[in-house]
Amino acid sequence: MNGILAGRAPRRPSALEWLRANLFSSVPNTAATLLILYLGWKLAPPFIDWAFTGAVWSAVDPLICRDRQGQGACWAFVVEKHRFILFGAYPYDQHWRPAVAIALLITLYAVSALRAMWRPRLALAWLAGLGAIGMLMWGGVFGLPFVENERWGGLMLTLLLSTFGIAFAFPLSILLALGRSSHMPVIRLVSTAYIELIRGVPLISVLFMASVMLPLFLPAGVSIDKLLRAEIAMIMFAAAYLAEVVRGGLQALAHGQDEAARALGLSYWQRTLLVILPQALRIAIPPLVNTFIGFFKDTSLVVIIGLFDLLTTVKVALSEPAWTGFSVEAYLFASLVYFLFCYAMSRYSQGLERELARGSAARTLREN
Amino acid sequence: MNGQTERAAKTPIIEMRGVNKWFGDFHVLKDIDLTVTRGEKIVICGPSGSGKSTLVRLVNGLETHQSGRIVVDGIELSRDLKSIDAIRREVGMVFQQFNLFPHLTVIENLTLAPVWVRRMAKKEVDGAAMRLLERVRIAEQAHKYPAELSGGQQQRVAIARALAMRPRVMLFDEPTSALDPEMIKEVLDVMIGLAEEGMTMVVITHEMGFARTVADRIVFMDQGEIVEAGKPEEFFAAPKTERARLFLSQILGQ
Repeated sequence: MNGILAGRAPRRPSALEWLRANLFSSVPNTAATLLILYLGWKLAPPFIDWAFTGAVWSAVDPLICRDRQGQGACWAFVVEKHRFILFGAYPYDQHWRPAVAIALLITLYAVSALRAMWRPRLALAWLAGLGAIGMLMWGGVFGLPFVENERWGGLMLTLLLSTFGIAFAFPLSILLALGRSSHMPVIRLVSTAYIELIRGVPLISVLFMASVMLPLFLPAGVSIDKLLRAEIAMIMFAAAYLAEVVRGGLQALAHGQDEAARALGLSYWQRTLLVILPQALRIAIPPLVNTFIGFFKDTSLVVIIGLFDLLTTVKVALSEPAWTGFSVEAYLFASLVYFLFCYAMSRYSQGLERELARGSAARTLREN
Repeated sequence: MNGQTERAAKTPIIEMRGVNKWFGDFHVLKDIDLTVTRGEKIVICGPSGSGKSTLVRLVNGLETHQSGRIVVDGIELSRDLKSIDAIRREVGMVFQQFNLFPHLTVIENLTLAPVWVRRMAKKEVDGAAMRLLERVRIAEQAHKYPAELSGGQQQRVAIARALAMRPRVMLFDEPTSALDPEMIKEVLDVMIGLAEEGMTMVVITHEMGFARTVADRIVFMDQGEIVEAGKPEEFFAAPKTERARLFLSQILGQ
């Protein structure tokens, strides 16, 4: 970098130079490097031994795993139970349906990630995709046997709860954030009260209220499905958190932007949609994704009202007497699944930030 | 001057009568009376905190007054949102800090309001925007983002953006104060060109050279009052008040 600024052609440093500059530049740096190398040397080989070389990958009988317990991981458990962990209590011979549904959802995520696809037609694709997923999961049409949503579970449930949760909570949170920044006292008061109230209560209690108390208030004969109740509770909760993140983005925006838009005669909604939100949401991408990731993992709390999300199916699989004691393997597997989705979100947001930063990047370049 | 143009020139486009404004207990504007006629160029000057900026921002409703009457292009400015919207369509404004929309390209900055507020066809707007960019000599930057331009270029884009709405009046709130010295001239040149085309202009500036050559009238403000107003040659040669004399000596004395 300095080479570029000084006008000299930058030369690639040799490996040795790089090592010296980055890993052994000072006494504390050298000490830290050596310590980390030592820990790696002490910890990595036993872990690799346990997780890979000494592991039991398949077993017709759990007893083979028992014999090697403590020496090698029992991935046979995950292999044996993966269908239950991923699909829950969904009828075994129908597991291809949630599998196709998951593939469809992931395809929708991937397509939506491309900015070139951000057109009105994408919304139609989502509607069609979700319709297809609904048909697959419930069935009852095209000769598919009906499966009530009480039996949905595992990864599919986690993905459905988070996808619908974010899809509804995010727009709601934008309205709440705008409401809280509004000049109209009633709107501001209602938004602020909602945010503070929901944010001040644990998610678990919101879920309990939705599942236990809400039915008490409904007129006789009207009942809302348990899954839907949980989803509504999660949306309400996530919206309150996201609203504060969005409001942070709104406040980071220079006041002159709104003034310039007003001076041009743009209406409130035109200013908000064309000038304010595109900038505020870009500023808020890192904390927004942070909240999305937290929300994705929070879906595991639905266990307390008896829904079988990914983490719960793991727990249930472990409770089978033949397989008790392999919880490390089981939870490592669940963590890996959670991690893959969260890491994908994180990487995507970093890419999006870079892509949208063209304007401000040019500014920093010039100011330096 | 023949009778007809004289009458046209005398048609008021901004009229302020007995306008008062307070920020809390602070009396920012005191009994302001000011008439700007069609085609007139007015330069407002005065020490900082004298209320010049607030005065100009009242004209397009960025600030609200508490008493008095303001009529712009025949429309009385009231709390009614419709009247404010109608006035904003006719009044362009250029800010000290440019306030371009950083997430839009230069040309998108120009076309946003004509498309959404005037509901003009995109094609027509694009053509008009390119012609405006040529007029402020920046057409080759049309597809860049504001942050990729110099301050002087940004301010010229901001002027073009305001002109894209085809306003009848242009307000300038210290348009060159945030610029590096070498960029001031390019912005002033654009403003002089605009004045020569007959645009009605209200300009807050401390560029006294500009004021001398362009202004029909100088309005000097201090402590929320219009202290004196007159032709530039009179104002600069023989200011009537002690406050104006002091101000001029401070800003021209350097």
